[in-house]
Amino acid sequence: MNGVELRGVTKAYAGLTVMKDINLEIEDGAFLVLLGPSGCGKSTILNMIAGLEPVTGGSIHIAGRDVTELEPDERDIAMVFQSYALYPTMSVRKNIGFGLKIRGMPKADIEKRVDEIGELLQITPLLDRKPSQLSGGQQQRVAIGRALVREPSVFLFDEPLSNLDAKLRADMRVELKRLHERLGRTIVYVTHDQIEAMTLATKVVVLDKGSIQQADTPENVYRRPANKFVASFVGAPTMNFIDGKLIQDGDGIAFDGGSGQLPLASLPTRAHDLIGQPVTLGARPEHLMFDDLGANARVLLAEPTGPDQYVRLAVAGSEVTARTGPEQHFSSGTDARIMIDGARVSLFDPESGRAVL
Amino acid sequence: MRYNRLALYAMLGIAALMILAPVFIMVSTSLKSMDEIRDGSIFALPAEPNFDAWGEAWFGDCTQTVGEDCGGLSSSFLTSVKIVIPALFLSVGLGAVTGYALAAWKMRGANLMFAALLVGMFIPPQVTLYPLIIMVRELGIFGSIPGLVLVHVIWGVAFTTMMFRNFFKTVPQDLLKAARIDGAGFWPLFWHVMLPLSLPILGVAMILQFTYIWNDFLLGLTFGGRSGQPMTVALNNLVGSQFGEKEYNVDMAATMLTALPTLAVYLLSGRLFVRGIAAGAVKG
Repeated sequence: MNGVELRGVTKAYAGLTVMKDINLEIEDGAFLVLLGPSGCGKSTILNMIAGLEPVTGGSIHIAGRDVTELEPDERDIAMVFQSYALYPTMSVRKNIGFGLKIRGMPKADIEKRVDEIGELLQITPLLDRKPSQLSGGQQQRVAIGRALVREPSVFLFDEPLSNLDAKLRADMRVELKRLHERLGRTIVYVTHDQIEAMTLATKVVVLDKGSIQQADTPENVYRRPANKFVASFVGAPTMNFIDGKLIQDGDGIAFDGGSGQLPLASLPTRAHDLIGQPVTLGARPEHLMFDDLGANARVLLAEPTGPDQYVRLAVAGSEVTARTGPEQHFSSGTDARIMIDGARVSLFDPESGRAVL
Repeated sequence: MRYNRLALYAMLGIAALMILAPVFIMVSTSLKSMDEIRDGSIFALPAEPNFDAWGEAWFGDCTQTVGEDCGGLSSSFLTSVKIVIPALFLSVGLGAVTGYALAAWKMRGANLMFAALLVGMFIPPQVTLYPLIIMVRELGIFGSIPGLVLVHVIWGVAFTTMMFRNFFKTVPQDLLKAARIDGAGFWPLFWHVMLPLSLPILGVAMILQFTYIWNDFLLGLTFGGRSGQPMTVALNNLVGSQFGEKEYNVDMAATMLTALPTLAVYLLSGRLFVRGIAAGAVKG
C-alpha cells in the first residue's frame, strides 16, 4: 500500500482558515490530478503532502504511515517543480545524485543509479552539462530524473509542464503517462490545465476556494459535473448555462428559458420531479445539434477551428455555443434550428449550483 | 555622431587626468632626490630617477634612530597582513553564514535581527568607539592584534551579512524546497547549494572588506596598541613625526607602498568584482 491519505486536513495562515476538513484518499498506483484555478489551494495541498508546509489540523498518511510531523526527506516522496529547481552550479549528474549523496549512499552506487536514470530518460549525453546549457524540455527531464532516482513511494508534480511550449508540453504529457504506466507508482499532480487533467489522471480532484468540488474519474467529472463550478471549469469551450425551468411538453419535457422553449429529447424520467422548479440547464457545445425539428435559433458567429467549428447562437433568450463539423457553412444573421440531447445535459440548482440531475 | 564620441573621450580624458595627476606627482616625487625636489617644479619628471626613497620608506633609515626599529614600514606591513587575513576571512565567513540563515531559514525574530544589523551598519564607528574599548579591555585583548581583529570582525559582519542576505533572498524558493526534499539540512544546503551560487558576491565581499580593513586608520590607531600597529598608522607616524627637513620623496614612497596592496587586489580581481556587482543586479 503506497497510497496517500489526507484525513480532515485544515490549513490556516495567521488565523485565517483557507482550507477546511480536506479528506482525500489516493490509492496505490493512482495518477491523481489536483485541478483548479490559481488560488484554489491545489499547490498548498501538494506542499502539505510534501511536508514543505505544515498542516494546521488533521493528519497525512503516506504508505500507511502517519507522516504529519515528519520532514520532507523522511516522507518517502520526491517532487518535480514548475521551475524545475535544478541546482545551477551542479552538473546534471550531480543534480540527479545529490539526494542520494546527502543520504550517504556510496559513490559507485550513485553513479550506477544515475546512469540507469540517464538511460531511462534518454539524457545520457547531457549528464556532464550544467542546467543552464539545457533547453526547457531537457531541464524538465533532469528534474524528473532527480525525482525518479530516489525511488520514492509517491511522486509529487507541481505544474511541471506549464513552462514548456505547446508542442513540447504535448510530448512530455505522453511521456509522463508512459512513465506512470511503466513504473506504476503513485503520482499526485497539480495543474490548472484541464487537458492535462483529462489525459493523465486516473482520478481528478477539482478544487475551488480551498475545498474539494468533486473527486472522480476524468470521464465522470466531464460528463456528470457535481456542480456549476466543475461544469464550467472543465471543458473548452465552456459549458452553456441557461436559466429557466422544465415544463411538460406533450409526452416529453421541454426547457423554458423565459423567451423561448427548447425541446429536451430523451431526458431521464427522474427529471419529471423537477418540472416547474427553477433550474439552470447545462449543455456542452457538443450536446447542441442542428436538427430541423429543433427550436429556432439565430446564428451570431461561426468559428472554424479546423477539425470542428464552434457556432455562437441566440436561442431561448441566451447566447450559446454549439460544436459541429466543418462541412456545413453558417453565415451570421441566418436562422438555424437546434436540438439539445437531453440524455447528456446537466441540470443545476440555480441557488446552490449543485447538480440536481 | 563623431563629435559626440570626441566629446565623450574628452570628458573621459579630463576625468582620468584629474585622478591620475596626483598619482603622477606622487610617483615622480618619490623617484627624485631631495635636492631635486627643493629646486625643481613638482610637475617636472625626475632627472635621475632612483628608488632610494622607496628603500628608506620600506626599511627605514637606521642611521637616524636607535634600537631595532629603524622607522620603516616593513614591520607594520606584516602587522597589517596579520590583521587583515583573519579579520577578512572571519567577517566574510560569518557574514555568509548569517546572511544565509536570515534569508533561507524561517527564524523567529529574523527581521528584527536584520534591522539591528542595518542600524549597526549605519552608525559611525566613532560613536561606539569608547564602549568598544571597554569591551575589548575587559576581554583582556586591548592593544593587541587579536583585539583589533575582533573589532574589525564586529564592524565588518553587519555589512557582509547584509550583502549575503540580500543575495540569498533572490535565490528561488523552489530551489530551497528541492534541497529540503533531497534531505539537505542547514550545512549541506549552505555548502553544496548556496555558497557555490554566491561566488561572485563572495568575491565582492572579500575585495571590499580587504579594502576597508587595510585602509582603516581609526580602529588601528585606537585598538592596535604598539604591537598591533597597522601600516596606515605607521605611515602617519612616518609622515607626521620627522625631525629636521621634511623628506617628501620618502613620504610619497611610503604612501604608495601603503596603497599598493589594495591597488593590486583591485587590478587582479577587477573582472570578478564587476561580475559580482552585475550578479547582484540581475535576478537568476
